[in-house]
Amino acid sequence: MSAAAVAVGPAARAQGVTRQRVLGIVYLLLAAAIAVIFTNVPDGASSTFGLNLGPSPAVKLPDLILPSATTAWVLAAFCGFSGAVQLVRGFGIRWAVVLGLVALAFTFAFLTWATAGKSVSLVGILQTTVQRATPITFAALSGLLCERAGVVNIAIEGMLLAGAFTGAVVGSIATNPWLGVLGAALVGAALAWVLAVLAIRYYVDQIIAGTVINIFSLGITSFLSARVLQTNLELNNPPRLTPFAIPILSDIPIVGPILFNHNVFVYGMFLLVIAIQVALFRTRWGLRVRAVGEHPKAADTVGIDVLRIRYTNVVLAGVVAGIGGAYLTIGSTGSFDQNMSAGRGFIGLAAMIFGGWNPIGAFLASLIFGFADSLQARLSILAVPIPSEFLLMTPYIVTIIVVAGLVGRVRAPAADGKPYRKE
Amino acid sequence: MKLELRGISKRFPGVIANDGVDLLVQPGEIHALLGENGAGKSTLMNVLYGLYRPDEGEVLVDDAAVHFQGPGDAIRAGIGMVHQHFMLVPVFTVAENVTLGIESTRGPLRFLDRPDARRRIVEVSERHGFHLEPDAVVEDLPVGIRQRVEIVKALYRRSEVLILDEPTAVLTPQEDEELFGVMRSLAAAGTSIIFITHKLNEVLEIADRITVLRRGKVVGTTLPAETDENELARMMVGRPVQLQVTKPEARPGEPVLEVRGLTVLDDRGHVAVAGVDLTVRAGEIVAVAGVQGNGQTELVEAITGMRTAIAGEVEIGGRLLRLEPRRVMAAGVGHVPEDRLEEGLVTGFTVAENLILNSYYLKPFSDGLQLKRDAILATATELVGQYDVRTPTIFNDVGNLSGGNQQKVIVAREFSRPLRLLVAAQPTRGLDVGSIEYIHRRIVEKRDEGTAVVIVSTELDEILALGDRIAVMYQGRIVDILDPAEATPERLGLLMGGSGEAGAGAARNGASPGAAMAAGTTEGEA
Repeated sequence: MSAAAVAVGPAARAQGVTRQRVLGIVYLLLAAAIAVIFTNVPDGASSTFGLNLGPSPAVKLPDLILPSATTAWVLAAFCGFSGAVQLVRGFGIRWAVVLGLVALAFTFAFLTWATAGKSVSLVGILQTTVQRATPITFAALSGLLCERAGVVNIAIEGMLLAGAFTGAVVGSIATNPWLGVLGAALVGAALAWVLAVLAIRYYVDQIIAGTVINIFSLGITSFLSARVLQTNLELNNPPRLTPFAIPILSDIPIVGPILFNHNVFVYGMFLLVIAIQVALFRTRWGLRVRAVGEHPKAADTVGIDVLRIRYTNVVLAGVVAGIGGAYLTIGSTGSFDQNMSAGRGFIGLAAMIFGGWNPIGAFLASLIFGFADSLQARLSILAVPIPSEFLLMTPYIVTIIVVAGLVGRVRAPAADGKPYRKE
Repeated sequence: MKLELRGISKRFPGVIANDGVDLLVQPGEIHALLGENGAGKSTLMNVLYGLYRPDEGEVLVDDAAVHFQGPGDAIRAGIGMVHQHFMLVPVFTVAENVTLGIESTRGPLRFLDRPDARRRIVEVSERHGFHLEPDAVVEDLPVGIRQRVEIVKALYRRSEVLILDEPTAVLTPQEDEELFGVMRSLAAAGTSIIFITHKLNEVLEIADRITVLRRGKVVGTTLPAETDENELARMMVGRPVQLQVTKPEARPGEPVLEVRGLTVLDDRGHVAVAGVDLTVRAGEIVAVAGVQGNGQTELVEAITGMRTAIAGEVEIGGRLLRLEPRRVMAAGVGHVPEDRLEEGLVTGFTVAENLILNSYYLKPFSDGLQLKRDAILATATELVGQYDVRTPTIFNDVGNLSGGNQQKVIVAREFSRPLRLLVAAQPTRGLDVGSIEYIHRRIVEKRDEGTAVVIVSTELDEILALGDRIAVMYQGRIVDILDPAEATPERLGLLMGGSGEAGAGAARNGASPGAAMAAGTTEGEA
């Protein structure tokens, strides 16, 4: 008769072993893919990566010129080696780091292949990454404010869209971008307030309430855009908030142009990420919000007004999402298009989950999505032999992979999505 | 602080939860509030704590009337409550939980002042003789310590009246004793304690004064010295109650259930049942004791096919069984699940429909295509009579019956067919003494018909009353199997708390403490 102690060991270990094997095999497959596909470049071709941006940078760095085939082989070897080690003995708790490095190696191999015999600005890709990550981060922060207080907000998509529309129209009428942002924030707050009343006061299923708001928002902005903006073009021509370089910081090579040469939305996003991170984990407000999201009854029994915190947070989240929407028009393209948010609200929710409901984590996750988006834009210019439809899918495919890979790994606030009924 | 409730009435649609209740608690007094489930104890305390507003009556603190709009008001008046289901945020630290709502802060932005909170918590807990680690995360703490956190949370708010709602429900007997020690020292320091329970022996041990509630009314207030368990039980139930089940000697036959090396994961993927071996014979009751959360739930779920085991095998009646609910049922296993509303009944269905949930697809209730209404109604009528289910008609929503009658519906459904094995988890949880008596009698009858019975319970009284053999589960293992004669509450308590070395049974079975002990290893496996 086997002792129980023996029975537990293999059972618990078996799961870890399975994950290790799967990862190891995936690494080997990636190595094979690099070796077979990405080494397939013209003889002697080299890939040129620009490390400067702008006409006259303060410090001019030489371009990074790599022999395409050799680089790909090196990266393939790295992935293969990681896969072998993973299969044989594993990396222990550092498995996540290795996973990140392998993903990076694969991406870089792909980039080397795509730019073989050509030149691409690496810093440019990364700068665009930050821009593309901006609305996603706003969306993620909006979701985080709601869900940390226990309300699921899938209406962010609609709030972004309404914010983008309002920003464009109000900005155009007032010929003042700031008023456009203010209008977008107010409209976001108004939609959020509707969600709050439905979800908190009337216990409407939060997914349904959010969906209703999304459909409403898409419908009304599309209708107004087709009926009003098409014929009154002056209503869809807001002044844009243009990038400005932050003195000194923007002169730092590589980092400077990537982080410190943007418009006020991007800087605002940086500040907001830090502010929410600090507020959530270091202030009284944050402690109470988290208590309400985890165990509202416990909060209630110590005299915290659960419903008020939920209302406030949902409306605040609407403000954040509205501003994120305004970025799409006032901070980016300069005019409204139907459904221009294109799922960024939902991608923001994915980033929130990937980031473990932490502002900084959500921001870093948004960068991954932003990178996929930026890469996709750059590749279509490079004339890579991949149909553009597939390239356009990249951010969404990355979303699916990331969310699927995380199922069961991260823990949501315990009372997330559950209405609180006072007895 | 002196606390008085005068003529409190609280009505809910269709129910009078409190009906003119008077209660007087003197400073430094331990006042037990005794009553069955549904007698109105919790409602009364929620009124006192500001969670409910009374329809009539008033609350007086030190002879002055107070009107609480919410728990915040009650807390400010010096009333603290330790809820039956702890009001702690599992992912927060002890310090965060204790200070929540009255945080120490710095600056206009209200940054948390963690060092100050830590210092004050240590100060409060040391003053009362506790040792709490302010930075420990609550979900990592054992239940007994979590209760300490709750008590410190109340003391931190300078509570002078402490309400303890069924505090011993989740504790081992040893932890009970520690809690009573804490209660005595708090009372000696002047804190009034209202102790809510339905356990008679505890009341007699700890209370200075006892108030008994029945159906929302005060039956009487008495002193421990002037009463005894039978008297209290009579006050609680309203009629004399037989507290001990009398059962004839068990006559065990062939092994019916053989569990070997069963390993089961819980919802979070942790090992909940760690290689359990268990043999149960025809005509005997094996009672599985243990503090909630030591794998009993998962063990029962695995045997009845509600949860997939990751290792091990189960034989029923000598045949290896694939553990799927319908196969298990067809093999002659009756199951009284732990949570009668979640798993035992379909609320919203009628009593009649619930009575055939396990056989609706069989003749005579179905011809393979449609249900046979006449057969169903006839059987339901018969079972309701036979098992004394108090329901206006068999067409009533089962959700509207009392807990005791709901449990009788399940018992009627599960017991009314020939059974090889009966698995009953917490069969009397939340029931009144009368229903408990009834269900225990039915279980013993089933045993005497030759059914093998497994009872899982966290109530020691129930374990001792029913078990022909008593298995103790701790951290997913059966740490010992005792004969009822040698199973004193103290001994069981030690085993339930993980002090497995104390078990003589472990040595007898020739294995190291903490390893899974097989019921009947000596005969069955060797």
